[in-house]
Amino acid sequence: MKNCLVVDDSRVIRKVACRILQDLHFDTAEAEDGITALQSCRQRMPELILLDWNMPNMNGIEFLKTLRKERNGTNPVVVFCTTENDVAHITEALNAGANEYIMKPFDREIIEAKLAEVGLM
Amino acid sequence: MTPDDFSFLAQMVRRRAGLVLTVQKAHLIESRLSTVLRRFGFRSADALVKDLRHGRETLARAVTEVLTTNESSFFRDRAAFDALRDRVLPRLIEARAETKRLRIWSAACAAGQEVYSIAMLLDDLKLQAQGWHIDLIATDLSAEMIARAEEGVYSHFEVQRGLAIRRLVAHFTQDGGSWRIHENLRRMVSFHQFNLLDSYGWLDDLDVVFCRNVLIYFDQKTKTQVLDKIAEMLLPDGALVLGNSEAVTGVSTAFVPVDRAPSIYAKTKAVAQRLAS
Repeated sequence: MKNCLVVDDSRVIRKVACRILQDLHFDTAEAEDGITALQSCRQRMPELILLDWNMPNMNGIEFLKTLRKERNGTNPVVVFCTTENDVAHITEALNAGANEYIMKPFDREIIEAKLAEVGLM
Repeated sequence: MTPDDFSFLAQMVRRRAGLVLTVQKAHLIESRLSTVLRRFGFRSADALVKDLRHGRETLARAVTEVLTTNESSFFRDRAAFDALRDRVLPRLIEARAETKRLRIWSAACAAGQEVYSIAMLLDDLKLQAQGWHIDLIATDLSAEMIARAEEGVYSHFEVQRGLAIRRLVAHFTQDGGSWRIHENLRRMVSFHQFNLLDSYGWLDDLDVVFCRNVLIYFDQKTKTQVLDKIAEMLLPDGALVLGNSEAVTGVSTAFVPVDRAPSIYAKTKAVAQRLAS
């Protein structure tokens, strides 16, 4: 089974996302901010990261830029999942190394469609 | 709804649009009818059918349209679009190098996601910049769907189902909480309200026809009629694209499946072999 790290400072969002991903046959892990997410990736690099933008301690963009410089950091597919729904943020995310982008609110269909876009379904 | 009323409704819709309604779909049908009930001020489906029995044309049209409205999404059944991009279009572009003209019909276009997906693929190829005339025709039985498609505005959810984020940014502009397709793509398409049971005379010399996920609602005889009419309008080296759960086998001898190109059909074995190679 593929692994997905869900990075979001909202416990509710993490739970909802994890449930959807588990239904889609992913093993899931959670992190509440960029720093915790980095620690998790250093222990075990996931195949997929679902990443929020606005988080305390280290936000999504800072995490992504740091991740991509890590050993094997270019491996994970990174899909932003955020309320930042404008073109400027989308462009910044793609330039920082994101593979795809989900604008909240999301549903299962959107997650499935985006995973298909990145070849994970 | 009483069985008698259901039977009346089913016969009316079949006569007007070829659509086959089954009792198994009764729940879905009643759900769809609720929008018509509200619009026309009926308290119940029974009252609506009672009025239909008196031959009220606007009501009959509204009921038929709402029962034939289909959901759609961008690049739905991606394999068909991959086959269009990788097999069908390269062959047609080569064959049409002199005339520099492509004519593609999206039948039963719903809210336009299919035809705009085709437009995005064509835009990738920059054909218009090379002097090509691209004629995208999109039709649907529903006037409401045609109006929606012509507007080209999609919700936050609709643009995230089937559209890569890069395509969204490249081809759409934010419009409040919605997304509007760029004008250059919108202008590639002419939209028309059209019943697949009507005459196809105005749809001649087609290079590609998309007729996906609509034949499944017809009876066998109507399926054959529609496919035969499409075959008459399609150029000899053109291609037909059906839904991935549909097939022509046993329905029409006018088409041959193309190997390694799911949902793609040609008019002859020779053309099918060329598309498959």
